[in-house]
Amino acid sequence: MYWNSFSEFLAMGSHGLYVWGSVGVMTVAMILEPVLLIKGQKELISRLKRQFRAERSEQRVGRNADRATPSQG
Amino acid sequence: MSNKQINWFKFASPQAFYPLAGRMIPWFWGLAAVFGIAGLYIGFLVAPTDAQQGEGYRIIFLHVPASWMSMFIYLVMAFWAGLGLAFNFRLSGMMASALAPTGALFAFLSLWTGALWGKPMWGAWWVWDARLTSELILLFLYVGFIALQSAIDDPRRADKAGAILALVGVVNVPIIYFSVKWWNTLHQGSSVSLTKSPSMAMTMLWGMLLCALACWMYAIAVALMRVRTIMLERERHTDWVRAELRELCEPAGGE
Amino acid sequence: MKTRHKRIALIVGGLAVLGLVVALVLNAFQSNLVFFFSPTQVAAGEAPKGKPFRIGGMVREGSIKREADGVTLRFVMTDTEKDMTVAYTGILPDLFREGKGAVAQGKLGEDGVFIASEVLAKHDENYMPPEAAKAVGDAHERAAANKAAIEATAKTIKQ
Repeated sequence: MYWNSFSEFLAMGSHGLYVWGSVGVMTVAMILEPVLLIKGQKELISRLKRQFRAERSEQRVGRNADRATPSQG
Repeated sequence: MSNKQINWFKFASPQAFYPLAGRMIPWFWGLAAVFGIAGLYIGFLVAPTDAQQGEGYRIIFLHVPASWMSMFIYLVMAFWAGLGLAFNFRLSGMMASALAPTGALFAFLSLWTGALWGKPMWGAWWVWDARLTSELILLFLYVGFIALQSAIDDPRRADKAGAILALVGVVNVPIIYFSVKWWNTLHQGSSVSLTKSPSMAMTMLWGMLLCALACWMYAIAVALMRVRTIMLERERHTDWVRAELRELCEPAGGE
Repeated sequence: MKTRHKRIALIVGGLAVLGLVVALVLNAFQSNLVFFFSPTQVAAGEAPKGKPFRIGGMVREGSIKREADGVTLRFVMTDTEKDMTVAYTGILPDLFREGKGAVAQGKLGEDGVFIASEVLAKHDENYMPPEAAKAVGDAHERAAANKAAIEATAKTIKQ
């Protein structure tokens, strides 16, 4: 291990702010991107599922209506 | 509609690629974590200090991988866009759209880490030298590509317009790469290149290469996740998406 | 229809803004392709006259001197062929050192002294631990000493 103490590691030889500023933003960005992606995909799937169910029940209602009045049309 | 098209490659069709991508994503995340931990461990805990710059040079373990990825992702994006323009594969336009935000993110991170590195070492957050300016143009190209695609409703026309922009912008990538050779810049030359042996101590080089590999795996994982979302959205009326949805709805919904 | 008009206006507006940004950036790009001039180029009259520009080169060893006022620094920038004296008041970056690269922005005064408003350090692409750097430096010194010795011997043989 290169460092003698944890505070020395944090100080980064007086450049701590710059080094940790880079590390921090990059880490946050690379966590946030997949998290937002997963959220977006979940939202999309639940929206598509809702549409899918709605369409199916519409079809079912349509079929029932056809059966109830067979003489027409 | 989906059956009419000829599938040139087995996995070039979205319905084959969707589940394949889903199976690959965890592997790429695993590799990204392994390489990332190893790279950061070597870079921040093992590698010695730099004779010129002291500890501040450690930003290199983030800056160089981010910059490489920003350029490489652009090339891959332009490749897919060009493929889509030439052969009209449904997958290629989606791949290009899936890569753009990740490329833009890496371009931003390259500029951000570069600014935080430039301030203590050069004495300036930003200078308008050829290297920095061309990297900024790369970020604008990504943003322009995303904006153009989102402004056009019809996905096929959006793909086409985006592809033209992506292909025109490709000239910028060699300009970024060779800017430090062609013009005099404040930015230093490349430490690692194909034409000469690397001008870095071995431990530092290993740390940097491992971090670059981690970013590479990350980019693939994220792009695959995004392309799956784009596929579902764009192909929501096709048989295969409806089959996926039936599978998702039926066991849960019961009815 | 109305939303379509709005969309078209949005696209046109967006493209106009993007075009403006690109034009500004390309302008900056073009005027900074030559980011700095070397002292030789300045001596040859290639640098813009009467306008601020940047000079780049090496800070000559032992040339950094503080003036009597205590805040102004004077140092010599060199590209090994020509020299240029630079005067500067302000904060210097960490890597500004004798024998290392630097870029100074400012104007050339009547007396041939470059009055800098900003000084940036330019470092090279070599990364190595201090021990390795010292070894490289020592090797260079040895090589220079050897060369001098050989030249001296050659001279005595000629005589």
